[in-house]
Amino acid sequence: MTRIIKNGSIVDDAWTILKLAEGETPESAALPEQNAIVPLPVWQARKDELVSRGQPVGVWLDSHEGPEAIAADLQHFTLIAVNFPKFADGRGFSTARLLRERYGYTGELRAIGDVLQDQLHFMKRCGFDAYAVRADKNIEAALAGLKDFSESYQAAVDQPQPLFRRRTA
Amino acid sequence: MYRYDSIDRQIVNERVAQYRSQILRNLNGTLSDDELKPLRLQNGLYIQRHGPMLRIAIPYGLLSAGQLRKLADISRRYDRSYGHFTTRQNMQLNWPKFEETPEILGELATVEMHAIQTSGNCIRNITTDKFAGVAPDELTDPRPYCEILRQWSTFHPEFAFLPRKFKIAVNAATEDRAVIRTHDVGLELVRAESGEIGVRVFAGGGMGRTPVIGKVVRDFLPRKHLLTYLDALIRVYNRYGRRDNLYKARIKILVNALGVEEFARQVEEEWTFLKDGPATLTDAEFARVAAHFTPPPYEPLPDNDPSFATAQAENKAFAAWAKRSVHPHRIPGYAAVTLSLKAPGSPPGDISDTQMEAVADLADRFSFGELRVTHEQNVVLADVRQRDLFEVWGIARAHGLATANIGLLTDMICCPGGDLCSLANARSVPIALAVQEKFDNLDYLHDLGEISLNISGCMNSCGHHHVANIGVLGVDKNNEEWYQITVGGQQGNAATIGKVIGPSFSAEEVPDVVEALVSVYLEQRTPEERFIDTFQRLGIEPFKERAYRGRDRRKPAASEEGAAHD
Ligand code: SF4
Repeated sequence: MTRIIKNGSIVDDAWTILKLAEGETPESAALPEQNAIVPLPVWQARKDELVSRGQPVGVWLDSHEGPEAIAADLQHFTLIAVNFPKFADGRGFSTARLLRERYGYTGELRAIGDVLQDQLHFMKRCGFDAYAVRADKNIEAALAGLKDFSESYQAAVDQPQPLFRRRTA
Repeated sequence: MYRYDSIDRQIVNERVAQYRSQILRNLNGTLSDDELKPLRLQNGLYIQRHGPMLRIAIPYGLLSAGQLRKLADISRRYDRSYGHFTTRQNMQLNWPKFEETPEILGELATVEMHAIQTSGNCIRNITTDKFAGVAPDELTDPRPYCEILRQWSTFHPEFAFLPRKFKIAVNAATEDRAVIRTHDVGLELVRAESGEIGVRVFAGGGMGRTPVIGKVVRDFLPRKHLLTYLDALIRVYNRYGRRDNLYKARIKILVNALGVEEFARQVEEEWTFLKDGPATLTDAEFARVAAHFTPPPYEPLPDNDPSFATAQAENKAFAAWAKRSVHPHRIPGYAAVTLSLKAPGSPPGDISDTQMEAVADLADRFSFGELRVTHEQNVVLADVRQRDLFEVWGIARAHGLATANIGLLTDMICCPGGDLCSLANARSVPIALAVQEKFDNLDYLHDLGEISLNISGCMNSCGHHHVANIGVLGVDKNNEEWYQITVGGQQGNAATIGKVIGPSFSAEEVPDVVEALVSVYLEQRTPEERFIDTFQRLGIEPFKERAYRGRDRRKPAASEEGAAHD
């Protein structure tokens, strides 16, 4: 079983990410039996089917897919994953903040894709609480990335008050 | 100047530890070179033509004497005993050892310095007016704003991986000395009719391959909304800026594609969700930061010190220097002084370790222990008593820091270019040196008056050639170095992008072409006109005609663009 970082520790992951293969359509793709994290087009095409299975549903957004696309559906998701196709693609940071701060999503928010130790601090600040660290990396070592900084200047999800409202006078 | 509290210090120390771990992981093979790249860039470490280059942040150009001494010490112990000041008011070390860079950052942290976000696709060092706080034409001191922005942008979690680099400049004076309209975001401090101070926001300016003058996206933003508005603006860019093409990734491309009204509308819409949220700036925080920039204990002095006038009357060389290097100050009896890093025979912006120490001593003795690095790559002592000017000049002269060429042709802005920079299409420093050599007569230069000549080694435009009266750009044609000349650019309130005069020139031709261009001016000027005024009156044709007269162009003008990174 693959392992991920969740809420600050390493845990086994029960979920399966569905990726559409070449030539597969959202309508025709075979859904994993359970604990499926489906791509946005599959969710959009097969909402009713997914909900009626009575199982926890996960969805993943690619970096160009904004949170607006699922903002009205949040109550259906146990898990939302945001893909970082390359770690230099920083759109997912905005996606995460919007899901948490604007749309009030409180379930698991997972970073997937090119997820490496040195982004974890930023991801955590933007509202991620789970990280599928890239498979070829040492996940134990990566955990240290959550602890690089003990303080931050800006307001963000993990600390909604900016430092200037918290500095002791 | 701003002094760290324990939290600021801790954040910088933690950054050093993080960077040390990144370098170690790279050396032990668990972090690949490709993976390290964006991380080291966000700490100012480039891998250049001859090895690493480390760019050290000098927030809004402000340094204490102690910090400059530390830079001198670092340059001696870890480099070749000199540093280079850049157009972003930072310092570059050109010869550090890769493995020693964590040590250098550790040393910097001891004097409240770092290299955070001096490169990479993130919010870069904030720049401002070199005369901030002392300029007579200033509405208010921009430095508290800069420091507030520095803290807000440091490790901003949402904006560490933007489509491209993001540069912000702040101006608070009548005359814009910070070139804010060639920045991704330019902030002009303005007073509303109500008397309230706020910000006029420009966006989408930039140099590079597609130079654009920034446009107003908000005419007045109350101070307290500064951070939430910028969060909204950069979020729109982070989400919708292009990431498919390096050359089209700057915010100027997005602003142009959407049109400035639509871009501004999207920012406003995003802002409605952030406005008045916790990131709204408090008066208490503004006051806390502003307290670090209270004026030094000036002496009450008469407007004009008689000894200054006497010294000028008696000493022609001093008078020539004073004319160029001494600038008005809002406090009677004081002046701001520019120390020239454009001495003949030395690369523009380079400063040796002993010069750094000399400047630090001057700052301690004559300018309350502080100095500024200018985007023109010189150094400013902002608070010198007029009666000390003669002595300052003497000491500066002894260290090669008193060339009387500030604002003149040989006060060139010049990037490191092909001698050091791996992105370069052509060398730029030898061009600067050749121009210096040709125009070595100070009387001639003074007669020529104010004129700017800037040189960039590639389209990246670090040498700001687009906004120079005469711009020189290195281009690559079939692996040969050529130089494209632009004329008519200027910085300041009427910031203008220069126009290309035609086919490019070989390195040897450039000084002669410069001479040809200025000769048109010398022949045609009216008594009041500067070069740029004459150019604007006459248009490009006479300059073009003279530049090419007698020159046989072997290569066509078409597709002159180099293959440089933008
Ligand atoms: S303008 Fe080009 S050559 Fe010059 S420093 Fe910048 S990237 Fe290098």
